[in-house]
Amino acid sequence: MKQYVIVGNGVAAAGCIEGIRSVDKKGKITVVSEEKHEVYCRPLISYYLEGKTDLSRMSYRDGDFYEKAGCRVIYGQKAVKILEKSKEITLDDGSALAYSALCLATGSSPFVPPFEGIDSVKNKFSFMTLDDALALEKALNKKSRVLIVGAGLIGLKCAEGIRDRVASVTVCDLADRVLSSILDADCAGMVQKHLENNGIKFYLGDSAARFEKNKAFMKSGAVVEFDVLVLAVGVRANVALLKDAGGKIDRGIIVDTAMKTSKANIFAAGDCAQGFDLSTNQNRVLAILPNAYMQGFTAGVNMAGGKALFDKGIPMNSIGFFGLHIMSAGAYEGEIYEERTENSIKKLFTKDNHLKGFILVGCGERAGIYTSLIREKTPLSSLNFDILKKTATTAAFSEKIRRKKFGSVV
Amino acid sequence: MKRVYVNEKWCLGCHLCEYNCAFANSGLSDMPLALKGKPIYPRIHVEGNEKISYAVSCRHCEDPICVKSCIAGALSKDGDVIKIDKNKCVGCLTCVLVCPYGALAPNENGVMQKCELCLQNSVGQPACVKGCPNKAIVYEERGEKA
Repeated sequence: MKQYVIVGNGVAAAGCIEGIRSVDKKGKITVVSEEKHEVYCRPLISYYLEGKTDLSRMSYRDGDFYEKAGCRVIYGQKAVKILEKSKEITLDDGSALAYSALCLATGSSPFVPPFEGIDSVKNKFSFMTLDDALALEKALNKKSRVLIVGAGLIGLKCAEGIRDRVASVTVCDLADRVLSSILDADCAGMVQKHLENNGIKFYLGDSAARFEKNKAFMKSGAVVEFDVLVLAVGVRANVALLKDAGGKIDRGIIVDTAMKTSKANIFAAGDCAQGFDLSTNQNRVLAILPNAYMQGFTAGVNMAGGKALFDKGIPMNSIGFFGLHIMSAGAYEGEIYEERTENSIKKLFTKDNHLKGFILVGCGERAGIYTSLIREKTPLSSLNFDILKKTATTAAFSEKIRRKKFGSVV
Repeated sequence: MKRVYVNEKWCLGCHLCEYNCAFANSGLSDMPLALKGKPIYPRIHVEGNEKISYAVSCRHCEDPICVKSCIAGALSKDGDVIKIDKNKCVGCLTCVLVCPYGALAPNENGVMQKCELCLQNSVGQPACVKGCPNKAIVYEERGEKA
Protein backbone atom coordinates (compact mmCIF):
# COMPACT_ATOMS: atom_id res chain seq x y z
CA MET A 1 0.00 0.00 0.00
CA LYS A 2 1.30 3.40 -0.94
CA GLN A 3 2.03 5.98 1.71
CA TYR A 4 1.38 9.55 0.70
CA VAL A 5 2.66 12.45 2.74
CA ILE A 6 1.54 16.02 2.08
CA VAL A 7 3.34 18.89 3.79
CA GLY A 8 0.95 21.79 4.12
CA ASN A 9 -2.79 21.90 4.55
CA GLY A 10 -4.00 24.61 2.22
CA VAL A 11 -5.90 24.43 -1.03
CA ALA A 12 -3.03 22.75 -2.91
CA ALA A 13 -3.07 20.01 -0.28
CA ALA A 14 -6.84 19.61 -0.62
CA GLY A 15 -6.39 19.32 -4.38
CA CYS A 16 -3.64 16.78 -3.83
CA ILE A 17 -5.85 14.66 -1.57
CA GLU A 18 -8.64 14.71 -4.13
CA GLY A 19 -6.18 13.94 -6.91
CA ILE A 20 -4.79 10.93 -5.06
CA ARG A 21 -8.25 9.64 -4.26
CA SER A 22 -9.35 9.94 -7.89
CA VAL A 23 -6.82 7.18 -8.61
CA ASP A 24 -6.07 5.33 -5.37
CA LYS A 25 -8.88 4.83 -2.87
CA LYS A 26 -6.82 2.87 -0.37
CA GLY A 27 -3.33 4.30 0.05
CA LYS A 28 -2.51 5.95 3.33
CA ILE A 29 -2.52 9.76 3.25
CA THR A 30 -0.90 11.84 5.99
CA VAL A 31 -1.06 15.63 5.99
CA VAL A 32 1.37 17.69 8.06
CA SER A 33 -0.40 20.93 8.98
CA GLU A 34 1.59 23.61 10.72
CA GLU A 35 -1.58 25.69 11.07
CA LYS A 36 -4.03 24.30 13.57
CA HIS A 37 -6.96 24.66 11.20
CA GLU A 38 -8.71 22.42 8.74
CA VAL A 39 -8.27 23.58 5.17
CA TYR A 40 -9.85 27.00 4.84
CA CYS A 41 -10.21 29.60 2.11
CA ARG A 42 -7.14 31.71 2.66
CA PRO A 43 -8.20 34.57 0.34
CA LEU A 44 -11.32 35.02 2.48
CA ILE A 45 -9.52 36.43 5.51
CA SER A 46 -10.26 39.98 4.34
CA TYR A 47 -13.92 39.06 3.75
CA TYR A 48 -13.97 37.71 7.29
CA LEU A 49 -12.84 41.06 8.71
CA GLU A 50 -15.34 42.80 6.46
CA GLY A 51 -18.12 40.63 7.88
CA LYS A 52 -18.93 39.01 4.54
CA THR A 53 -18.19 35.52 5.79
CA ASP A 54 -17.50 33.80 9.08
CA LEU A 55 -15.26 31.05 10.36
CA SER A 56 -17.65 28.20 9.60
CA ARG A 57 -18.36 29.36 6.05
CA MET A 58 -14.65 29.87 5.38
CA SER A 59 -13.96 26.15 5.47
CA TYR A 60 -12.89 25.00 2.02
CA ARG A 61 -14.47 21.59 2.32
CA ASP A 62 -17.16 19.93 4.43
CA GLY A 63 -16.38 18.98 8.01
CA ASP A 64 -16.01 15.29 7.17
CA PHE A 65 -13.57 15.95 4.32
CA TYR A 66 -10.51 14.29 5.83
CA GLU A 67 -12.50 11.44 7.29
CA LYS A 68 -14.20 10.70 3.98
CA ALA A 69 -10.86 10.85 2.20
CA GLY A 70 -9.34 8.48 4.74
CA CYS A 71 -6.74 11.03 5.62
CA ARG A 72 -4.78 11.60 8.80
CA VAL A 73 -3.86 15.19 9.65
CA ILE A 74 -1.08 16.06 12.06
CA TYR A 75 -1.81 19.56 13.35
CA GLY A 76 0.61 22.05 14.85
CA GLN A 77 3.76 20.37 13.63
CA LYS A 78 6.33 21.44 11.15
CA ALA A 79 8.17 19.24 8.69
CA VAL A 80 11.86 19.97 9.15
CA LYS A 81 13.84 17.65 6.92
CA ILE A 82 13.55 15.33 3.97
CA LEU A 83 15.60 12.15 4.32
CA GLU A 84 15.86 11.32 0.67
CA LYS A 85 17.56 7.95 0.96
CA SER A 86 15.20 6.43 3.49
CA LYS A 87 12.22 8.25 1.92
CA GLU A 88 11.20 9.82 5.18
CA ILE A 89 10.33 13.24 6.41
CA THR A 90 11.08 14.33 9.95
CA LEU A 91 8.87 16.58 12.03
CA ASP A 92 9.85 19.08 14.69
CA ASP A 93 8.90 16.69 17.49
CA GLY A 94 11.61 14.38 16.19
CA SER A 95 9.26 11.79 14.70
CA ALA A 96 9.54 10.61 11.13
CA LEU A 97 7.00 9.78 8.44
CA ALA A 98 7.80 7.34 5.67
CA TYR A 99 6.55 8.19 2.20
CA SER A 100 6.31 6.50 -1.13
CA ALA A 101 5.32 9.83 -2.64
CA LEU A 102 5.69 13.24 -1.04
CA CYS A 103 3.95 16.48 -1.97
CA LEU A 104 5.30 19.80 -0.79
CA ALA A 105 2.37 22.20 -0.51
CA THR A 106 4.13 24.52 1.88
CA GLY A 107 2.83 27.80 0.47
CA SER A 108 4.59 31.08 1.02
CA SER A 109 5.49 33.35 3.89
CA PRO A 110 5.33 37.10 4.24
CA PHE A 111 8.56 38.83 3.40
CA VAL A 112 9.46 41.61 5.80
CA PRO A 113 12.25 43.91 4.65
CA PRO A 114 14.68 44.96 7.34
CA PHE A 115 13.03 48.29 8.15
CA GLU A 116 14.98 50.35 10.62
CA GLY A 117 13.23 50.51 13.97
CA ILE A 118 10.60 47.90 13.06
CA ASP A 119 11.18 46.17 16.40
CA SER A 120 9.96 49.27 18.23
CA VAL A 121 6.50 48.86 16.66
CA LYS A 122 4.27 47.03 19.09
CA ASN A 123 1.13 46.40 17.04
CA LYS A 124 2.39 44.89 13.79
CA PHE A 125 0.83 42.14 11.76
CA SER A 126 1.16 40.11 8.60
CA PHE A 127 -1.92 39.30 6.58
CA MET A 128 -1.53 35.80 5.18
CA THR A 129 -3.23 33.34 7.49
CA LEU A 130 -6.43 33.02 9.45
CA ASP A 131 -4.46 33.41 12.65
CA ASP A 132 -3.00 36.66 11.27
CA ALA A 133 -6.53 37.93 10.60
CA LEU A 134 -7.77 36.90 14.05
CA ALA A 135 -4.82 38.59 15.73
CA LEU A 136 -5.30 41.76 13.67
CA GLU A 137 -9.02 41.75 14.49
CA LYS A 138 -8.24 41.84 18.20
CA ALA A 139 -5.99 44.86 17.78
CA LEU A 140 -8.52 46.94 15.84
CA ASN A 141 -11.09 49.34 17.19
CA LYS A 142 -13.04 52.34 15.95
CA LYS A 143 -10.20 54.64 16.91
CA SER A 144 -7.42 52.71 15.19
CA ARG A 145 -5.31 54.46 12.62
CA VAL A 146 -3.95 51.71 10.42
CA LEU A 147 -0.91 51.89 8.17
CA ILE A 148 -0.57 49.14 5.58
CA VAL A 149 2.80 48.73 3.92
CA GLY A 150 2.15 47.27 0.47
CA ALA A 151 -0.47 48.25 -2.10
CA GLY A 152 -0.66 44.82 -3.68
CA LEU A 153 -3.51 42.33 -3.64
CA ILE A 154 -3.01 41.40 0.01
CA GLY A 155 -2.53 44.93 1.34
CA LEU A 156 -5.49 46.38 -0.51
CA LYS A 157 -7.87 43.53 0.34
CA CYS A 158 -6.85 44.07 3.95
CA ALA A 159 -7.61 47.79 3.58
CA GLU A 160 -11.07 47.05 2.24
CA GLY A 161 -11.73 44.44 4.91
CA ILE A 162 -10.94 46.69 7.86
CA ARG A 163 -12.07 50.13 6.67
CA ASP A 164 -15.41 50.08 8.45
CA ARG A 165 -13.88 48.86 11.70
CA VAL A 166 -11.26 51.58 12.12
CA ALA A 167 -10.73 55.35 12.09
CA SER A 168 -8.41 55.50 9.09
CA VAL A 169 -6.53 53.33 6.64
CA THR A 170 -3.37 54.55 4.96
CA VAL A 171 -1.49 52.45 2.40
CA CYS A 172 2.07 53.03 1.24
CA ASP A 173 4.09 51.28 -1.43
CA LEU A 174 7.45 51.75 -3.02
CA ALA A 175 5.78 51.23 -6.41
CA ASP A 176 4.25 54.34 -7.94
CA ARG A 177 0.87 52.66 -8.41
CA VAL A 178 -1.54 50.27 -6.75
CA LEU A 179 -1.63 46.58 -7.71
CA SER A 180 1.57 46.95 -9.69
CA SER A 181 1.77 43.20 -10.28
CA ILE A 182 -1.48 43.07 -12.24
CA LEU A 183 -2.29 46.59 -13.47
CA ASP A 184 -0.67 49.10 -15.76
CA ALA A 185 -0.43 52.74 -14.62
CA ASP A 186 -3.58 53.74 -16.46
CA CYS A 187 -5.85 51.10 -14.88
CA ALA A 188 -4.13 51.48 -11.52
CA GLY A 189 -5.02 55.17 -11.58
CA MET A 190 -8.71 54.40 -11.91
CA VAL A 191 -8.59 51.81 -9.13
CA GLN A 192 -6.64 54.12 -6.84
CA LYS A 193 -9.15 56.91 -7.35
CA HIS A 194 -11.97 54.54 -6.49
CA LEU A 195 -10.17 53.42 -3.34
CA GLU A 196 -9.52 57.04 -2.37
CA ASN A 197 -13.20 57.84 -2.89
CA ASN A 198 -13.85 55.07 -0.41
CA GLY A 199 -11.65 56.57 2.24
CA ILE A 200 -8.28 54.88 1.71
CA LYS A 201 -5.29 57.21 1.82
CA PHE A 202 -2.14 56.54 -0.18
CA TYR A 203 1.57 57.23 -0.14
CA LEU A 204 2.81 55.75 -3.40
CA GLY A 205 6.32 55.81 -4.78
CA ASP A 206 7.21 56.18 -1.16
CA SER A 207 7.95 53.85 1.70
CA ALA A 208 8.92 53.86 5.31
CA ALA A 209 12.57 54.71 5.78
CA ARG A 210 12.30 53.92 9.48
CA PHE A 211 9.82 53.31 12.24
CA GLU A 212 9.74 54.71 15.72
CA LYS A 213 7.05 53.13 17.87
CA ASN A 214 3.83 54.60 16.42
CA LYS A 215 5.41 56.66 13.69
CA ALA A 216 6.57 55.85 10.18
CA PHE A 217 9.14 58.25 8.76
CA MET A 218 8.67 58.09 5.03
CA LYS A 219 11.42 58.44 2.44
CA SER A 220 9.62 61.52 1.13
CA GLY A 221 9.93 63.19 4.52
CA ALA A 222 6.30 62.65 5.46
CA VAL A 223 5.52 61.26 8.89
CA VAL A 224 2.62 58.85 9.27
CA GLU A 225 1.27 58.17 12.73
CA PHE A 226 -0.50 54.90 13.27
CA ASP A 227 -1.84 52.59 15.96
CA VAL A 228 -1.68 49.38 13.96
CA LEU A 229 0.81 48.41 11.28
CA VAL A 230 0.12 45.75 8.64
CA LEU A 231 3.10 44.49 6.65
CA ALA A 232 2.03 43.25 3.23
CA VAL A 233 5.17 43.93 1.24
CA GLY A 234 5.37 40.60 -0.49
CA VAL A 235 5.73 36.89 -0.04
CA ARG A 236 8.43 34.30 -0.52
CA ALA A 237 7.81 30.71 -1.49
CA ASN A 238 8.58 28.24 1.29
CA VAL A 239 11.28 26.19 -0.39
CA ALA A 240 13.57 25.26 2.49
CA LEU A 241 12.68 21.55 2.69
CA LEU A 242 13.59 20.82 -0.89
CA LYS A 243 16.46 23.30 -0.96
CA ASP A 244 18.10 21.56 2.00
CA ALA A 245 17.61 18.24 0.23
CA GLY A 246 19.55 19.62 -2.75
CA GLY A 247 16.54 19.99 -5.04
CA LYS A 248 16.23 22.51 -7.82
CA ILE A 249 15.04 25.89 -6.59
CA ASP A 250 14.61 29.27 -8.17
CA ARG A 251 11.99 31.69 -6.81
CA GLY A 252 9.99 28.62 -5.96
CA ILE A 253 10.42 24.88 -6.15
CA ILE A 254 10.95 24.05 -9.81
CA VAL A 255 8.34 21.60 -11.07
CA ASP A 256 7.48 20.13 -14.45
CA THR A 257 3.92 19.97 -15.78
CA ALA A 258 3.37 16.72 -13.85
CA MET A 259 4.30 18.71 -10.72
CA LYS A 260 7.41 16.62 -10.18
CA THR A 261 10.37 18.32 -8.55
CA SER A 262 13.96 17.54 -9.46
CA LYS A 263 13.95 14.86 -6.74
CA ALA A 264 12.46 11.41 -7.22
CA ASN A 265 9.05 10.78 -5.65
CA ILE A 266 8.80 14.40 -4.50
CA PHE A 267 6.16 16.69 -5.94
CA ALA A 268 5.28 20.30 -5.21
CA ALA A 269 2.14 22.36 -5.74
CA GLY A 270 0.66 25.74 -4.97
CA ASP A 271 2.35 28.96 -3.90
CA CYS A 272 5.66 27.20 -3.13
CA ALA A 273 5.96 25.82 -6.66
CA GLN A 274 7.40 27.42 -9.76
CA GLY A 275 5.53 25.78 -12.59
CA PHE A 276 4.86 26.37 -16.25
CA ASP A 277 3.15 29.61 -17.22
CA LEU A 278 1.58 29.16 -20.63
CA SER A 279 1.23 32.89 -21.18
CA THR A 280 4.97 33.52 -21.07
CA ASN A 281 6.30 30.02 -21.83
CA GLN A 282 8.37 30.21 -18.68
CA ASN A 283 8.36 28.69 -15.26
CA ARG A 284 6.91 31.15 -12.76
CA VAL A 285 5.43 31.13 -9.31
CA LEU A 286 1.73 31.60 -10.00
CA ALA A 287 0.52 32.17 -6.48
CA ILE A 288 -3.21 32.12 -7.05
CA LEU A 289 -5.81 29.79 -5.61
CA PRO A 290 -7.08 28.17 -8.84
CA ASN A 291 -3.56 27.13 -9.80
CA ALA A 292 -2.91 25.83 -6.29
CA TYR A 293 -5.89 23.52 -6.53
CA MET A 294 -5.14 22.37 -10.07
CA GLN A 295 -1.45 21.83 -9.37
CA GLY A 296 -2.31 19.95 -6.19
CA PHE A 297 -4.80 17.75 -8.01
CA THR A 298 -2.30 17.06 -10.79
CA ALA A 299 0.40 16.17 -8.26
CA GLY A 300 -2.01 13.84 -6.48
CA VAL A 301 -2.98 11.96 -9.62
CA ASN A 302 0.67 11.45 -10.57
CA MET A 303 1.69 10.49 -7.03
CA ALA A 304 -0.92 7.74 -7.16
CA GLY A 305 0.39 6.41 -10.44
CA GLY A 306 -2.12 8.09 -12.73
CA LYS A 307 -1.26 10.47 -15.54
CA ALA A 308 -2.09 14.15 -15.42
CA LEU A 309 -0.44 17.32 -16.68
CA PHE A 310 -1.03 20.90 -15.64
CA ASP A 311 0.18 22.81 -18.65
CA LYS A 312 -2.44 25.53 -18.81
CA GLY A 313 -1.48 27.65 -15.84
CA ILE A 314 -1.59 31.39 -16.41
CA PRO A 315 -1.57 34.33 -14.06
CA MET A 316 -5.17 35.47 -13.58
CA ASN A 317 -7.00 37.44 -10.95
CA SER A 318 -10.52 38.49 -10.19
CA ILE A 319 -10.59 40.95 -7.35
CA GLY A 320 -12.97 43.65 -6.25
CA PHE A 321 -12.72 46.67 -3.98
CA PHE A 322 -15.78 48.51 -2.69
CA GLY A 323 -17.86 47.36 -5.64
CA LEU A 324 -15.31 47.91 -8.41
CA HIS A 325 -14.19 44.62 -9.94
CA ILE A 326 -10.92 44.02 -11.67
CA MET A 327 -10.12 41.01 -13.80
CA SER A 328 -6.79 40.30 -15.39
CA ALA A 329 -5.08 37.39 -17.07
CA GLY A 330 -2.07 36.39 -19.11
CA ALA A 331 0.77 38.55 -20.36
CA TYR A 332 0.49 42.21 -21.26
CA GLU A 333 2.35 42.19 -24.56
CA GLY A 334 1.56 43.01 -28.14
CA GLU A 335 -1.06 45.29 -29.60
CA ILE A 336 -3.63 46.82 -27.29
CA TYR A 337 -7.32 47.05 -28.01
CA GLU A 338 -8.80 49.55 -25.62
CA GLU A 339 -12.27 50.70 -24.62
CA ARG A 340 -13.07 53.01 -21.77
CA THR A 341 -15.92 54.76 -20.06
CA GLU A 342 -15.88 56.94 -16.99
CA ASN A 343 -16.01 53.89 -14.75
CA SER A 344 -14.43 51.13 -16.80
CA ILE A 345 -11.35 50.24 -18.81
CA LYS A 346 -10.96 47.25 -21.07
CA LYS A 347 -7.57 46.35 -22.48
CA LEU A 348 -6.98 43.29 -24.64
CA PHE A 349 -3.42 42.42 -25.59
CA THR A 350 -2.97 40.55 -28.88
CA LYS A 351 0.14 39.26 -30.55
CA ASP A 352 0.84 36.86 -33.41
CA ASN A 353 -2.83 36.03 -33.99
CA HIS A 354 -3.43 35.23 -30.31
CA LEU A 355 -4.97 36.90 -27.30
CA LYS A 356 -2.10 37.11 -24.83
CA GLY A 357 -3.70 38.87 -21.90
CA PHE A 358 -6.28 41.35 -20.68
CA ILE A 359 -7.15 43.85 -18.00
CA LEU A 360 -10.82 44.55 -17.34
CA VAL A 361 -11.69 47.18 -14.78
CA GLY A 362 -15.40 47.41 -14.11
CA CYS A 363 -16.36 45.39 -17.20
CA GLY A 364 -15.72 41.71 -16.55
CA GLU A 365 -18.94 40.18 -17.87
CA ARG A 366 -18.28 36.71 -19.34
CA ALA A 367 -14.53 37.34 -19.11
CA GLY A 368 -13.96 33.58 -19.02
CA ILE A 369 -14.50 33.54 -22.78
CA TYR A 370 -11.39 35.73 -23.10
CA THR A 371 -9.50 33.67 -20.54
CA SER A 372 -10.25 30.49 -22.46
CA LEU A 373 -8.75 32.00 -25.63
CA ILE A 374 -5.47 32.51 -23.76
CA ARG A 375 -5.51 29.09 -22.13
CA GLU A 376 -6.50 27.28 -25.32
CA LYS A 377 -4.18 29.41 -27.50
CA THR A 378 -7.06 29.91 -29.93
CA PRO A 379 -5.95 31.52 -33.22
CA LEU A 380 -7.87 34.77 -33.51
CA SER A 381 -8.27 34.19 -37.25
CA SER A 382 -10.59 31.29 -36.38
CA LEU A 383 -13.19 33.67 -34.96
CA ASN A 384 -14.65 37.12 -35.45
CA PHE A 385 -12.39 39.22 -33.29
CA ASP A 386 -14.11 42.46 -34.27
CA ILE A 387 -17.19 41.21 -32.44
CA LEU A 388 -15.31 39.51 -29.66
CA LYS A 389 -13.13 42.45 -28.71
CA LYS A 390 -16.24 44.52 -28.06
CA THR A 391 -18.27 41.84 -26.30
CA ALA A 392 -17.18 38.57 -24.75
CA THR A 393 -19.60 36.29 -26.57
CA THR A 394 -19.48 32.81 -28.03
CA ALA A 395 -21.38 34.28 -30.99
CA ALA A 396 -17.98 35.41 -32.24
CA PHE A 397 -16.90 31.82 -32.78
CA SER A 398 -17.47 30.04 -36.06
CA GLU A 399 -20.59 27.89 -36.22
CA LYS A 400 -18.47 24.74 -36.25
CA ILE A 401 -16.54 25.65 -33.11
CA ARG A 402 -19.66 26.87 -31.37
CA ARG A 403 -21.47 23.61 -32.13
CA LYS A 404 -18.58 21.67 -30.69
CA LYS A 405 -18.47 23.83 -27.58
CA PHE A 406 -22.14 23.49 -26.87
CA GLY A 407 -22.59 19.82 -27.63
CA SER A 408 -23.09 19.66 -31.40
CA VAL A 409 -26.41 21.40 -31.72
CA VAL A 410 -26.19 25.14 -31.32
CA MET B 1 -25.60 13.07 -18.30
CA LYS B 2 -28.70 14.94 -19.31
CA ARG B 3 -27.89 18.50 -20.31
CA VAL B 4 -29.71 21.51 -21.66
CA TYR B 5 -29.02 21.96 -25.38
CA VAL B 6 -30.17 24.65 -27.76
CA ASN B 7 -30.84 24.39 -31.47
CA GLU B 8 -29.80 27.77 -32.81
CA LYS B 9 -31.73 27.20 -36.02
CA TRP B 10 -34.93 27.04 -34.02
CA CYS B 11 -34.22 29.67 -31.40
CA LEU B 12 -36.35 32.75 -32.07
CA GLY B 13 -34.37 34.96 -29.71
CA CYS B 14 -37.59 35.70 -27.81
CA HIS B 15 -35.84 35.66 -24.38
CA LEU B 16 -38.79 33.81 -22.84
CA CYS B 17 -36.34 31.28 -21.37
CA GLU B 18 -34.76 34.09 -19.37
CA TYR B 19 -38.12 35.03 -17.87
CA ASN B 20 -39.08 31.43 -17.18
CA CYS B 21 -35.71 30.90 -15.50
CA ALA B 22 -36.03 33.98 -13.33
CA PHE B 23 -39.58 33.02 -12.37
CA ALA B 24 -38.73 29.39 -11.61
CA ASN B 25 -35.97 30.52 -9.27
CA SER B 26 -37.94 33.35 -7.66
CA GLY B 27 -39.64 31.05 -5.17
CA LEU B 28 -42.93 32.82 -5.96
CA SER B 29 -46.01 31.26 -7.49
CA ASP B 30 -47.24 34.29 -9.40
CA MET B 31 -45.25 35.31 -12.47
CA PRO B 32 -46.30 38.98 -12.70
CA LEU B 33 -45.67 39.40 -9.00
CA ALA B 34 -42.23 37.84 -9.37
CA LEU B 35 -41.09 39.67 -12.48
CA LYS B 36 -43.22 42.65 -13.45
CA GLY B 37 -41.37 45.92 -13.51
CA LYS B 38 -38.21 44.43 -12.02
CA PRO B 39 -34.81 43.80 -13.52
CA ILE B 40 -34.40 40.04 -13.92
CA TYR B 41 -31.36 37.94 -13.15
CA PRO B 42 -31.81 34.71 -15.10
CA ARG B 43 -29.29 31.86 -15.16
CA ILE B 44 -29.69 31.48 -18.90
CA HIS B 45 -29.15 34.22 -21.42
CA VAL B 46 -29.73 34.63 -25.13
CA GLU B 47 -26.74 35.44 -27.26
CA GLY B 48 -26.27 35.72 -30.97
CA ASN B 49 -25.62 37.99 -33.90
CA GLU B 50 -27.74 39.35 -36.71
CA LYS B 51 -28.11 35.84 -38.17
CA ILE B 52 -28.57 33.47 -35.27
CA SER B 53 -29.56 33.40 -31.65
CA TYR B 54 -29.25 30.79 -28.95
CA ALA B 55 -29.46 30.54 -25.19
CA VAL B 56 -26.46 29.79 -22.97
CA SER B 57 -26.57 28.19 -19.55
CA CYS B 58 -24.13 26.14 -17.47
CA ARG B 59 -22.75 23.13 -19.37
CA HIS B 60 -22.17 21.16 -16.17
CA CYS B 61 -18.66 20.32 -17.35
CA GLU B 62 -17.16 16.97 -16.43
CA ASP B 63 -13.98 18.78 -15.47
CA PRO B 64 -15.36 22.07 -14.17
CA ILE B 65 -12.76 24.82 -13.98
CA CYS B 66 -15.17 27.01 -12.00
CA VAL B 67 -15.27 24.47 -9.17
CA LYS B 68 -11.49 24.15 -9.17
CA SER B 69 -11.05 27.93 -9.17
CA CYS B 70 -13.63 28.95 -6.56
CA ILE B 71 -11.78 30.74 -3.78
CA ALA B 72 -14.63 30.22 -1.32
CA GLY B 73 -15.23 26.50 -1.82
CA ALA B 74 -18.77 27.51 -2.79
CA LEU B 75 -18.95 25.67 -6.11
CA SER B 76 -19.08 21.90 -6.05
CA LYS B 77 -19.96 18.94 -8.16
CA ASP B 78 -22.88 16.96 -6.78
CA GLY B 79 -23.15 13.89 -8.96
CA ASP B 80 -23.26 15.39 -12.45
CA VAL B 81 -24.61 18.77 -11.43
CA ILE B 82 -22.46 21.79 -10.64
CA LYS B 83 -23.97 23.57 -7.68
CA ILE B 84 -23.29 26.78 -5.84
CA ASP B 85 -23.61 27.33 -2.12
CA LYS B 86 -24.75 30.95 -2.08
CA ASN B 87 -24.16 31.11 1.61
CA LYS B 88 -20.42 30.59 1.06
CA CYS B 89 -20.01 32.70 -2.09
CA VAL B 90 -18.33 36.07 -1.46
CA GLY B 91 -18.89 37.42 -4.96
CA CYS B 92 -15.24 37.53 -6.04
CA LEU B 93 -16.25 36.62 -9.62
CA THR B 94 -13.35 34.21 -10.15
CA CYS B 95 -15.85 31.78 -11.70
CA VAL B 96 -16.79 34.48 -14.23
CA LEU B 97 -13.09 34.91 -14.98
CA VAL B 98 -12.67 31.23 -15.84
CA CYS B 99 -15.94 29.91 -17.29
CA PRO B 100 -15.27 29.46 -21.03
CA TYR B 101 -18.99 29.66 -21.80
CA GLY B 102 -19.75 32.86 -19.92
CA ALA B 103 -22.45 30.94 -18.08
CA LEU B 104 -22.23 32.56 -14.67
CA ALA B 105 -23.40 35.96 -13.53
CA PRO B 106 -24.17 37.50 -10.17
CA ASN B 107 -27.68 38.11 -8.85
CA GLU B 108 -28.97 41.46 -7.64
CA ASN B 109 -26.98 41.11 -4.41
CA GLY B 110 -23.65 40.37 -6.08
CA VAL B 111 -23.83 36.69 -5.16
CA MET B 112 -23.16 34.29 -7.98
CA GLN B 113 -25.89 32.15 -9.38
CA LYS B 114 -25.93 29.53 -12.05
CA CYS B 115 -28.15 26.98 -13.71
CA GLU B 116 -28.79 24.01 -11.46
CA LEU B 117 -31.24 22.49 -13.94
CA CYS B 118 -34.22 23.52 -11.78
CA LEU B 119 -33.70 20.30 -9.82
CA GLN B 120 -33.86 22.21 -6.54
CA ASN B 121 -36.79 24.50 -7.24
CA SER B 122 -40.50 23.79 -7.50
CA VAL B 123 -40.37 23.21 -11.26
CA GLY B 124 -38.19 20.10 -10.86
CA GLN B 125 -37.09 20.17 -14.52
CA PRO B 126 -35.45 22.92 -16.56
CA ALA B 127 -38.05 25.68 -16.85
CA CYS B 128 -36.28 27.11 -19.91
CA VAL B 129 -36.92 23.83 -21.74
CA LYS B 130 -40.50 23.49 -20.56
CA GLY B 131 -41.41 26.99 -21.63
CA CYS B 132 -39.55 27.31 -24.94
CA PRO B 133 -42.29 28.10 -27.49
CA ASN B 134 -40.36 26.70 -30.44
CA LYS B 135 -38.89 23.67 -28.67
CA ALA B 136 -35.43 25.03 -29.44
CA ILE B 137 -34.19 24.20 -25.95
CA VAL B 138 -34.09 20.53 -25.03
CA TYR B 139 -32.98 18.56 -21.99
CA GLU B 140 -31.51 15.25 -23.05
CA GLU B 141 -28.70 12.74 -22.88
CA ARG B 142 -26.23 13.03 -25.72
CA GLY B 143 -23.25 11.25 -24.32
CA GLU B 144 -20.89 14.10 -25.25
CA LYS B 145 -18.13 15.30 -23.06
CA ALA B 146 -18.22 18.88 -21.99
